[in-house]
Amino acid sequence: MIDVGLGHYLTLGAVIFSIGVIGIFLNRKNIIVILMSIELILLAVNINLVSFSIYLGDLTGQVFTLFILTVAAAEAAIGLAIIVVYYRNAGTIRVEEIDKLKG
Amino acid sequence: MIAHAIFFYVFSIIAVISAIMVTVSKNTVHSVFFLILDFISISCLFIMIGAEFLGMIMLIVYVGAVAVLFLFVVMMLNVAQQKNQWFVSKDNSGHIPVGLIISSIIFFELIIVVGGWKYKPELSNVSNFQISNDISNTHSLGQILYTDYIHIFQISGMILLIAMIGAIVLTFRQREGVKKQSYIKQISRERSEGIEVLEVSSNKGVKIDD
Repeated sequence: MIDVGLGHYLTLGAVIFSIGVIGIFLNRKNIIVILMSIELILLAVNINLVSFSIYLGDLTGQVFTLFILTVAAAEAAIGLAIIVVYYRNAGTIRVEEIDKLKG
Repeated sequence: MIAHAIFFYVFSIIAVISAIMVTVSKNTVHSVFFLILDFISISCLFIMIGAEFLGMIMLIVYVGAVAVLFLFVVMMLNVAQQKNQWFVSKDNSGHIPVGLIISSIIFFELIIVVGGWKYKPELSNVSNFQISNDISNTHSLGQILYTDYIHIFQISGMILLIAMIGAIVLTFRQREGVKKQSYIKQISRERSEGIEVLEVSSNKGVKIDD
């Protein structure tokens, strides 16, 4: 319990990943919260990569975390732009009212 | 060691609680604030275990750019206050128990993997990029980022460029009825369409017809 090791960090990553997945499924408010849940999932992946990198003594994990950060920033920008365009066209971004594809 | 454990538990409890609050809070602005808190505590964890460059980059990129972008969009779209109740759907579709079941299955699978997993001790010997204690984390990251990973680095730059162009193209719109300056019209005006010489007869004045 006192000796914090790799397993603790991986468990933290697993908890945050699961919270992100729950957020995607349970969300009824708007799509922005779903995007935030995706950010949480990417954050959990980053935690896993960095803790493996530190505890195995290999820098590759940190380099890939850097690239995940890049892709996450690009994804957030594109996703928010799509949401802005959709809100301008449809007037709502509530999840339950977006049913044009009958999903 | 004790201090490491104490700081780990403090930061990770803050991170987990704020991740839950991102999901369940009714106000979207509060969700963004809890997302910021989450990123800050995780980057504190990163700095604590020795990945200080990534911790600082997380602070700059996420808290400084992405979270502010989220906040900006939430406030621009005016969807912060939703009057509806808390994740209850209209037609009682069965996606909420399915979501709970799937996420708990994912969680327990990950926990099983973490608990039962033992890596070979020689696994760390085959790595190409050892972390050395002589130079700082930023120094060693820079040494391999600009040499071994230069192509991926440049591709990520291209991804950012394309994302920027895509966001601008998506949200740009031409509005009707906005007065704008047109340089090409201004400098291509001729004298003949600008002024006109009229013969003004006395006591009658001149009538400009338009």
